[in-house]
Amino acid sequence: MKKLLLATAATTLMAGASYADEIKLGLMLGFSGPAESLAPDMAGGVRAAAKEISDSGKFLDGTTVAIVEGDSTCTDAAVASSVAERMITSDGIVGLIGALCSGATGAALTNVAVPNGMVMFSPSATSPSLTTIEDNGLFFRASPSDARQGQVMAESLLEKGVMSAAVTYTNNDYGKGLADAFESSYTDLGGKVTINTSHEDGKADYSAEVGALASAGGDILVVVGYLDQGGPGIIRAALDTGAFDRFHLPDAMIGDTIEDRFGTEIEGATGQVPGSDSPGGELLVAIGEANGYNGTAPYAPESYDAGAMMLLAMQAAGSSDPQVYKDFVMGVANAPGEKIFPGELAKALDILASGGDIDYVGGTAAELIEPGEAAGSYREILVKDGKITTVGYR
Amino acid sequence: MDILNALVAFANFVLVPGTAYGAQLALGALGVTLIYGILRFSNFAHGDTMAFGTMFTVLITTAMQSAGISFGPMPTALLALPFAILCTMALVLATDRAVYRFYRKVKAAPVMLVIVSMGVMFVMNGAVRMFVGTDDRRFADGERFIITARDFKSMTGLSEGLAIRTTQAITVLVAIIVVAALFWFLNRTRTGKSMRAYADNEDLALLSGINPERVVTITWLIVAALATIAGTLYGLDKSFKPFIYMQLLLPIFASAIVGGLGSPLGAIAGGFVIAFSEVTLTYAFKKVVTYLVPETWAPEGLVQLLSTDYKFAVSFAILIIVLLFKPTGLFKGKSV
Repeated sequence: MKKLLLATAATTLMAGASYADEIKLGLMLGFSGPAESLAPDMAGGVRAAAKEISDSGKFLDGTTVAIVEGDSTCTDAAVASSVAERMITSDGIVGLIGALCSGATGAALTNVAVPNGMVMFSPSATSPSLTTIEDNGLFFRASPSDARQGQVMAESLLEKGVMSAAVTYTNNDYGKGLADAFESSYTDLGGKVTINTSHEDGKADYSAEVGALASAGGDILVVVGYLDQGGPGIIRAALDTGAFDRFHLPDAMIGDTIEDRFGTEIEGATGQVPGSDSPGGELLVAIGEANGYNGTAPYAPESYDAGAMMLLAMQAAGSSDPQVYKDFVMGVANAPGEKIFPGELAKALDILASGGDIDYVGGTAAELIEPGEAAGSYREILVKDGKITTVGYR
Repeated sequence: MDILNALVAFANFVLVPGTAYGAQLALGALGVTLIYGILRFSNFAHGDTMAFGTMFTVLITTAMQSAGISFGPMPTALLALPFAILCTMALVLATDRAVYRFYRKVKAAPVMLVIVSMGVMFVMNGAVRMFVGTDDRRFADGERFIITARDFKSMTGLSEGLAIRTTQAITVLVAIIVVAALFWFLNRTRTGKSMRAYADNEDLALLSGINPERVVTITWLIVAALATIAGTLYGLDKSFKPFIYMQLLLPIFASAIVGGLGSPLGAIAGGFVIAFSEVTLTYAFKKVVTYLVPETWAPEGLVQLLSTDYKFAVSFAILIIVLLFKPTGLFKGKSV
């Protein structure tokens, strides 16, 4: 009996010891809900980064990384919070990647991550309100705030000599946040917003909305809407009534659907999407193929970078304790140090292990600014001959 | 010149869309009012009957397009419409036999029938979404415009454009034809007269030998045709989305009640009253006013009474006002 007890205790100890060599990373995305089509490739990005680091054998003296997945949904704050709660308290994760949408991210952060002292890293939440949220230095995001996009949009329009604009936005956090950010930057820089009004998604007819926009006037119509929702309806009504013939389209309006629906009808329309001319994006194509996901899908590069930066920060700190490594995230993301591109994570682990410095570039030319969000570089587009073409970066 | 510009801007954003929308509402309200007058209940399933009919049109149009059939500059959907009406008639009659006939036989109270029609509404709504999905569908083809804003500007030299879509013109034309045919039928034919008699006084009509089942059947057939035409015109002019028709129910009922439930003429007037109230109250008159007044008086604000978000609130408000002060509606229908 004694022997048996001893043996059991020994086995438990050994099991415990081997368990310590594996850390768990929470991956919480909106696998269901309005942005569900983005989630699989984003999850692929995080998994690819974790696998690369895990397989190198150089992470925290050979520690491996396991991913725990959860569906945060996009709109249900209660689900997002309870998924995060479960991951932290019962799965024992040491870091949380997610969530996908701004609303779910904010809820999980304030309700769960901050009280539990857990580091949270979102690849894709863009709401400006997350910049000022109380996070005790625990929250990071690989995507820029929409406040930045509003500024980019304002600068780009003014440089083209567009001095007045009418704005319509989809009636939610994203639309209102971006439209307001744009209005304040544009007005500060000397432009004039003639009207800033919302539209509801899912209507058949937007002629009344366009009537108000047309009456306010303006050189250009800025459509802060969704590609598969009210956005095209607004453009269609504006074209039909001859109210506007110039359009500016932010990130959620850029996609193949716009080319298919309007083609040359919106010739000369401008816009911007997050993106950079960094060579890192190209490298992710091969990584995506090897891991079975689309490496350059929207926010997939950001996801790879979020996973990589979080794990590299642990390596730099020499610890997977959130309270310790949270202070190392900005250090690995920014200069000075050796530039690290996707696929070079093993090299980065070596440099960090020997006490060196790295400047993580990754797939999105990641540059984190206070309080822990991407500085944001945008790809400017122009509709030319009915096709979306890239004209520059800013 | 400025007065002309103001007129054109007004026509482009209020008159033309308002007229087309009014015609669509009027056709919908006619269906509701006929059911109310003859079958004596408010048919909440009407919006989804429209959705069902439009779905048939969409499916038949798609089939025709892939078979290479087209209607020249007119939308193919007009060719598909008669077949869709037949399908909807079959559906509506089946619903009547399966559901409503029982409640008629037991002489259920009208309020019970209203609840029953709500059940039918949910079933139809679910069925449509199951068949064609919830997505937006554009099924208009052919020539999109009679006159585009740009052509109008270069033709007239005005700085305001006026666009008239083919679908808007078709909507108004078809509505006129349908309404004329309906009135001729109700006033001149024997069947139409028996329907009106049944509506006026059921017992007297039964005594004079009118077959009630026949009247009910014919009513449903007419309603099915009206619903399909109204739904298809709305879908052609805007776009087809199954859920939209449920939202249309409110302005349609408002039209029927404002005009006076049970009065076909009232339904048409009500449709236009509601449509123009919605459009004018939410239109920003800044442009029009700027053209009309001297430059120094030009308004800073939008001169908009209500934000466009409150479009549906307008029909609600009118509905309540009419019910409070003139429960029988403008054309002395039955009080609700």
